[in-house]
Amino acid sequence: MISVDDLVVRYPQAREPALNGVTLRAERGALTAIVGPNGSGKSTLVRAMIGRVAVERGTVRVDDQDALKLSRRAFARRVAVVTQRDEPVFPILGREYVALGRYAHGSLFRTAQPDDPAVDAAAKRAAVTEFLDRRTDQLSGGEWQRLRIARALAQGGEALVLDEPTTFLDIAHEMALFELLADLARGGLAVLLVSHQLNLVARFAGHVVLLHHGKVAAAGTPSAVMRGSVLESVYEWPLVVTHDPAVGAPMLVPLRR
Amino acid sequence: MRRLWAGAVIVLVALFVIALAVGPVGIPLHDLWASEIVRTVRLPRAALALLVGAALGMSGGALQGVLRNGLAEPYLLGVSGGAAVGAVVATMLGLAGPAVTPVAALIGAAAAVILVLVIARVGGGRGADPRVLIMAGVVVGAFANAAIMVALASAPADTVRGAVWWMMGSVADARWSSIAWLAGYLAVGGVALILWAPEIDALALGDEAAAAIGVDVDRASRRIFLAAATVAAATVAAAGLVGFVGLVVPHIARSGGARAHRAILSASALVGASLVLAADIVARTVRAPADLPLGAITALVGVPFFLSRLRRST
Repeated sequence: MISVDDLVVRYPQAREPALNGVTLRAERGALTAIVGPNGSGKSTLVRAMIGRVAVERGTVRVDDQDALKLSRRAFARRVAVVTQRDEPVFPILGREYVALGRYAHGSLFRTAQPDDPAVDAAAKRAAVTEFLDRRTDQLSGGEWQRLRIARALAQGGEALVLDEPTTFLDIAHEMALFELLADLARGGLAVLLVSHQLNLVARFAGHVVLLHHGKVAAAGTPSAVMRGSVLESVYEWPLVVTHDPAVGAPMLVPLRR
Repeated sequence: MRRLWAGAVIVLVALFVIALAVGPVGIPLHDLWASEIVRTVRLPRAALALLVGAALGMSGGALQGVLRNGLAEPYLLGVSGGAAVGAVVATMLGLAGPAVTPVAALIGAAAAVILVLVIARVGGGRGADPRVLIMAGVVVGAFANAAIMVALASAPADTVRGAVWWMMGSVADARWSSIAWLAGYLAVGGVALILWAPEIDALALGDEAAAAIGVDVDRASRRIFLAAATVAAATVAAAGLVGFVGLVVPHIARSGGARAHRAILSASALVGASLVLAADIVARTVRAPADLPLGAITALVGVPFFLSRLRRST
């Protein structure tokens, strides 16, 4: 379980904090989604977890351990994070990239190897086995996104945090990814997903946290959070919330102004 | 892949033998080890060229990975310029020697690295536009050159001539003591870089991705920088400014199939050694008995290469 408590993060020279007292939980065995407009603090939260921004106040815990006090390596062994962007500046093989996920399990003299069985297992789970022997600069945007998921799965651990992993994915790959995340959650992982895909979140997530200006504007089940009045004021755009005709989940339809 | 490695080793050995055999006095191969000229002049010169090339190749390979920038190298980043200032200051203070000069060069190099990174951060940050960092490096390098000129303004003519010669890079005055010091720095810095190579692999993805994988980004990049600057500064102390080797060599290593940084750094050491050995053979034979500056030869090769890379990054 990942729990964030009263987290305050302020970027240097910024007047307003990017996160202003955020509290949330991502339980094991569940898919928890963080949604919110651009600039609401979603990515900052992910950055705080991996120590790329200084935390002014508050805690991040993995089960009962203070995550902010863990070494990067120890944290990476427990929580795998897929950040918004990464790209090898000099191309490497898909297999070598996925093997980087094993970095935290190695040491100075015993480094992660591309033929580690964990690499193949992770690739199989993320359905990217066919990309393992291709070069990273020969993959499409969607193929690259899936390879990144495989790298995170190779990391192992009990929690998976993803910052907008469906960017560049077409409908089929997007659905496949959500299915995979739901599956991983069912398998016992705590999955914390930052996403702009509100309708998919509504169908797949068990718990939704809506961020707005660095604060939690609403949290709960998808139907509790995805109410027209709430979303309209947070996104500052006219919209209606209806019901997905296929599965009955709340469905958001933005209107034209 | 294995064949390429074998090929690189064979080329290096061949160049080394050529470096010993070729010169104003032709020496047949079977007399090489008996020859006084070989033992006192050509062998130390070839050994120094080899070490300088290996060190610059590794330094460039590490810097390109950490900075995610195929244009990075110690000379263009001002690291070598800073090292030169340190070495000149040591000379002016009468402290220069095979042991002290590398330390002074390292202090100068460290100052230059910090300055370049601060300037680059103002101009967009690490890993932003590769050209910002190179611009910062060139500016710091120019500043270092100016500082050396000012320092030398009141120096005796002989010192100036020697210093200018040295700023163009040369292995002509190779002495075993400075070779030994360079070998020591390269052994320590090179082994450190090879051990830290998996961190370079991760940092080459970007800071956030590296942190997500479990790398302590700030600490790792600091120490890799320090090791890369140390081996580069040691070459400056021993042979002056030899530019563009660190730029060209890692690209050759990668185009030969090296992808992980352990392979890139090892291959860069081999290729760099060959490149500088070859450049020095050219430097002392093309207009023999005159000696051309080694740094000028490497720049003649490196600048067109730099321009072709720059075109690709724009």
